[in-house]
Amino acid sequence: MSDERILIKGNEAVAYAAVSAGCKCFFGYPITPQNEIPEVLSKILPESGGEFVQAESEVGSANMLLGAGACGVRAMTSTSGPGIDLMQEGISYMIGSQIPAVIVNMSRGGPGLGSIDASQADYFQATRGGSHGAGRTFVFAPSTCQECYDMVQDAFDIAFKYRTPVLVLGDAIIGQLKEPVLRHAPRNKQDDKAEGWRVEGMGDRAPRLLKSVYLEDGALAARNEMLEAKYKAMRADIRVETIDTEDADLVVVAFGSMGRIARSAVQLAREAGHKVGLFRPQTLFPFPSEQLEELAKQGKRFLVIEQNAGQMLDDVRLAIRHYADADFFGVMPGIFVDAEELLTPILERMGGAK
Amino acid sequence: MAYHNVIMAGFGGQGVMLIGNLLAQAGMEEGLNATFIPVYGVEMRGGTANCTVVVSSDPVGSPIIKRPLATIIMNLPSLEKFQPRLHPDGVQIVNASLIEKSNLDPAKKTVFIPANDMANELGAPKLANMVALGAYIKATGCLPIEAVERALNHTISSHYAHLIPLNAKALQAGYSFKG
Amino acid sequence: MSIQPGEKLVFGAPSTLSDRLTHYCPGCHHGIGTRLVAEVLEEFGCIKETIGVASVGCSVFTYNYIVADWVEAAHGRACATATGVKRARPDRMVFTYQGDGDLAAIGFNESVQAANRGEHITVIFVNNTIYGMTGGQMAPTSLIGQKTTTSPRGRNPKKEGAPLRMAELLAPLDGVAFSARCAMDSVAHVNAAKRAIRKAFDVQRQNLGFGFVELLSGCPTNLHMDPLSANRRVREEMIPYFPLGVFKDVTANEKAGA
Repeated sequence: MSDERILIKGNEAVAYAAVSAGCKCFFGYPITPQNEIPEVLSKILPESGGEFVQAESEVGSANMLLGAGACGVRAMTSTSGPGIDLMQEGISYMIGSQIPAVIVNMSRGGPGLGSIDASQADYFQATRGGSHGAGRTFVFAPSTCQECYDMVQDAFDIAFKYRTPVLVLGDAIIGQLKEPVLRHAPRNKQDDKAEGWRVEGMGDRAPRLLKSVYLEDGALAARNEMLEAKYKAMRADIRVETIDTEDADLVVVAFGSMGRIARSAVQLAREAGHKVGLFRPQTLFPFPSEQLEELAKQGKRFLVIEQNAGQMLDDVRLAIRHYADADFFGVMPGIFVDAEELLTPILERMGGAK
Repeated sequence: MAYHNVIMAGFGGQGVMLIGNLLAQAGMEEGLNATFIPVYGVEMRGGTANCTVVVSSDPVGSPIIKRPLATIIMNLPSLEKFQPRLHPDGVQIVNASLIEKSNLDPAKKTVFIPANDMANELGAPKLANMVALGAYIKATGCLPIEAVERALNHTISSHYAHLIPLNAKALQAGYSFKG
Repeated sequence: MSIQPGEKLVFGAPSTLSDRLTHYCPGCHHGIGTRLVAEVLEEFGCIKETIGVASVGCSVFTYNYIVADWVEAAHGRACATATGVKRARPDRMVFTYQGDGDLAAIGFNESVQAANRGEHITVIFVNNTIYGMTGGQMAPTSLIGQKTTTSPRGRNPKKEGAPLRMAELLAPLDGVAFSARCAMDSVAHVNAAKRAIRKAFDVQRQNLGFGFVELLSGCPTNLHMDPLSANRRVREEMIPYFPLGVFKDVTANEKAGA
């Protein structure tokens, strides 16, 4: 593997990262703006001894993913929001059956067919479980092409560590953006420890069954309690990037592509002499609530910026509710904004330009 | 801190995506950070296309730029769209072969270069894009022209590798242009 | 169950079948179908390398009866899930066991597409013309005129279409190596069904493609019949519409060509 940086799209970074992380099966259905992922993988995955299947639909993709994951192999699918809708069934069954898998959503605008432009309106869908029955997935939110690469690698580790589907939530900007990416072998690749639970043919041991149906008295309650405990345990893998929050009066909270645009806006505000910082959650579920609460305790004010009508805003408010409230600036899906446009609402909260 | 951004715009087929990629690739090869983001029309062919490139010594925050420090404008619709948006201190490289001078805003710093005519003179009518990029490098000093020439090796597909010297020549012609 | 002194075993269960009561209703043919699959897996000696994919419907608890590794699929998605299993473990024997609502209605697309891709899996399809587990609603295979809880006036082909003949529908697809329809209403039919199931697993063993067996079954409970009447219905009403036979067998063609 080359240590050289290459200029590639976020989508391509996802594909290369999957192969480098040992992904052996990919199942997917075409949808813009993520098509480079299956296009690249259809070429490089078979070359590395893996299986590429163009499924008949995202319903098919997700349920194929369940089958491959049940065998304890590293498997992935990618899609955009409308495809996630169709995958929710399979995702719910994977959560219930404790089957690891990686699912990439390069989200687009909605509702309905919406547009292929950037949007962060899939936040609720991603972080609230999306499907029936209260399941949750671990959610990464990359904001650079390098993070697409690194987080997809890590997503496989997390998937096996917790035996859970892991969602990587990007958007049209991250997917289509090209940046230098350093390709590297996984830095802390964990042992998948799948020998203890995967289906493989029983050999001489007792037969195994991976299932999500629990009909006996109290069995489903116990199952849900176990899953809830797992979601709590996942908090050990929360990630967040903070920039200049120590002395900040105002903390801007933003994720994904808006997180990086907000970073530029925060920098412009600093250059204008305002004490502004950035808090960028890199995992959306579990959400870095404690880290945010800590800042709230220090008396800071908060401005949430998202490309939707206010979704992560709920999580921020829940995190800081004992000490502060959060202000919100929303950009509607399909609208491109630059740092100067995000600077305006920041300066308004800082009492105008100095 | 070095920081440059540019929007490149033209008809589909004029090669603005290629020179955007080339600039980002050159920036990366020079050890800088770079972003390239394309915006396409809904048409597969013949529509307008533009891309935004940022080259910076610091990590790039926003890859989206509304008031660019520079533009490369290959046709009239692109001038109409991006000339008003050009940063007051910015410079625009405007293709004089396809755009009448009367369309230029005298308040904007402009390099008015007959990119298609110069490419034709080189016997490479498709390389107006490279001519324009050469002029941009000269006007902004964003990167050494040699770095951009070197980056051709990783930007031009191997199928067209034999055309790399001609591309380099077109870059040089634009770089040496005295308007 | 052990044999006592002086006793002689004349009919036993295959070792691949668990020693537990099924949840199937009296007179239901699922028990026969499950046993036939278990017998074939025992005879092939491959049960330790077999992964079953369970479906949703009355067939869901097959994983309690055939002693093997199993993964449970969502309703209708068994062929997609089995695709994932087989692609991940091409060295394993992989099969699904599905009912008519699962395979031919909600899972029609997944089933047909897996067959068309020629996935090296074996699909056992139990067709009893009705939704059993949910309480007797109309199935994609319900006969014309058949009264169910959701077709109280009888299935009307002008509104509900005609019953789907899956074995014939799948046979022409290039990916399908074997497709047959059998019944379980008589000893002769059960024996023929066993031969077909063997074949459907054998084409997988030889990596020839998709192996499919449709098994016509009675459902006394939801048809409100006694078991013998349900059996008679298979013979007198189902078989005339769903003819028995082998609709595709690539191994037979090879022999004929040789």
